[in-house]
Amino acid sequence: MVVALLKKQQDENTAVASRIRVEQVSHGFDTLTGRLDVLEDIDLDIAPGEFVALLGPSGCGKSTLLRLVAGLEPASAGCITQDDKPITRPDPSRIVVFQDPTLFPWRTVWDNIALGLEAQGILKQEKARVDAALQKVGLEGFEKSYPHQLSGGMAQRVALARALVNNPKVLILDEPLGKLDSLTRLELQSELVSLWLKNGFSVLLVTHDVEEALFMAQRVIIFTPRPAKIAAELAVDLPYPRHRGDPKLAGLRHEVLDRLGLGTSW
Amino acid sequence: MSASAVADVPGFDNKSPQTEKTTDSLAGQFLSTTNTTPSTARTFFAHRQGFIAALAWGLLGALTLLWPNKPVGFEDWAFTTEFGVAALTIAAIWAALAVLVSAQAQFPRRLLATFRHVAPWLIASAVIFTAWEIFTAKTGSLPPPFFAPPSSLIDAYVNNYARLADSTFNSVKLLFEGVAWGAAVGFTIGVSIGWSRRANYWIHPLLRFLGPLPPTALLPISFFFFPSSHSASVFLIALATGFPVAILSWSGIASVNKAYYDVARTMGASELFLIFRVAIPAALPQVFVGLFMGFGASFVVLIVAEMMGVKSGLGWYLTWAQSYADYVNMYAALILMTLIFSSLISLLFVVRDRMLVWQKGIVKW
Repeated sequence: MVVALLKKQQDENTAVASRIRVEQVSHGFDTLTGRLDVLEDIDLDIAPGEFVALLGPSGCGKSTLLRLVAGLEPASAGCITQDDKPITRPDPSRIVVFQDPTLFPWRTVWDNIALGLEAQGILKQEKARVDAALQKVGLEGFEKSYPHQLSGGMAQRVALARALVNNPKVLILDEPLGKLDSLTRLELQSELVSLWLKNGFSVLLVTHDVEEALFMAQRVIIFTPRPAKIAAELAVDLPYPRHRGDPKLAGLRHEVLDRLGLGTSW
Repeated sequence: MSASAVADVPGFDNKSPQTEKTTDSLAGQFLSTTNTTPSTARTFFAHRQGFIAALAWGLLGALTLLWPNKPVGFEDWAFTTEFGVAALTIAAIWAALAVLVSAQAQFPRRLLATFRHVAPWLIASAVIFTAWEIFTAKTGSLPPPFFAPPSSLIDAYVNNYARLADSTFNSVKLLFEGVAWGAAVGFTIGVSIGWSRRANYWIHPLLRFLGPLPPTALLPISFFFFPSSHSASVFLIALATGFPVAILSWSGIASVNKAYYDVARTMGASELFLIFRVAIPAALPQVFVGLFMGFGASFVVLIVAEMMGVKSGLGWYLTWAQSYADYVNMYAALILMTLIFSSLISLLFVVRDRMLVWQKGIVKW
């Protein structure tokens, strides 16, 4: 049912989703005290238009995996492909939204959102896309504000619009709601889901919030502590829009916490 | 006009019949009697300061005109009468203003705020001028020619305005040439060593080694190596400006949040985009600190260079006046210098405020 809904939405939108394959990927850093292994033998397949959440203890290497998928760093071993083409460098078809909004403080909201189009040299022809993105996140009227005038939630909305304006095929979310207050957080979770449903891109979400992962994603991948390996995988086969009070979600939550070694607290 | 707006303005006493008339509702009366009581004392005080200022300037004028100057062995100080009249004129204008305000004349609010703001300084300056006049022209406690009354400054400006204007023009021209070169080269160097590892490897040691050397120490050798004293001075001023600009541009570029680059790179930014649209704008606040420091250093070098070799400019004017033991003229040049340099720094801050409107809590000059 979800798939059918997605298909329909995709037909209405021009945005296309990508398949991301992570094959046998290991990664580590050389530090002063020696080699630090962060990822070990990760295999992951994200179908076009799928919403996948990566869940694990903090510092386990989830964010590193995102950097590799974004193409910001090459993997030490293994291969990551986007639609069967290896990922070697960053590309506007895979946009990352970080935990900090990282808006450029010297640019107005409008100019921040226009960043990607400007970097690609197509801003002049595509100005309407900036206005459309601004509208998608509900920030009309704030075009000329500077980032320091925005609240945390608004800043993260701008960061989201700045990502969406590029029509990404994969949206990579690195704990994007981690620093927001809990109400804004719930609000933006629902908005992210509806943006995904409308646009049809694939989503890779890193979070350490179990409820967030279960509320938003179709599939939750649980990682072990560092060096991160995939400990378990859980399908969340529930229709959208979901309800936080759904007893099935509560059951899944128990299962996830159990996998993370926190089963007794539930 | 509402009662609260009236009460905020100095001179508008809220007990006056006019205000009573405007507060026709109960709520209005409440506002005028409770909300404004604390500000009444304040506005009345500022108001009184206006009268004190007028009085102080009046005293200065009267003292200048009525107390004869002490003879100092040569002809009397010129422009004593003019100075006295000028002081009395200021007193008259200020008294008129104070009266108008008490009579509740309609002034724009900003003008009233300025009036209130400058009154204490006006009183202080009258006191300073009075002391100055007494200790120089009237009693001679501060001996001429090293000390001269304020009126003699008028003499210096009137008699030497052509030479002073010419010197000012030459100084400003030389300064701009040097600062423009220094800022441009310093900024380029700073950005390169902040961005490129190779540039850092080669330029950083040179900067570390040569930077702290005071450019004035190179003065004799520069006059020898350069074809003219003008080009030598441009070089030294550029050196003085360039060093802080380079260091702070570098540190600005080096301290840019690395996440900004990640964001831009994932969106398809080229290296040039990263430098010109990410690194440089992010570094600008520091660059302006460098320019501010560079400006200060350039003033020092300018004046020293003009005193040592350049045959024009305000620095040269100082030594020229000194050679005639014409200290009044030196004071005149010094005051002019203060005005010029202070205005240049203010100009820099105006430019900065325009370019960095996005910054929170920017320091006001």
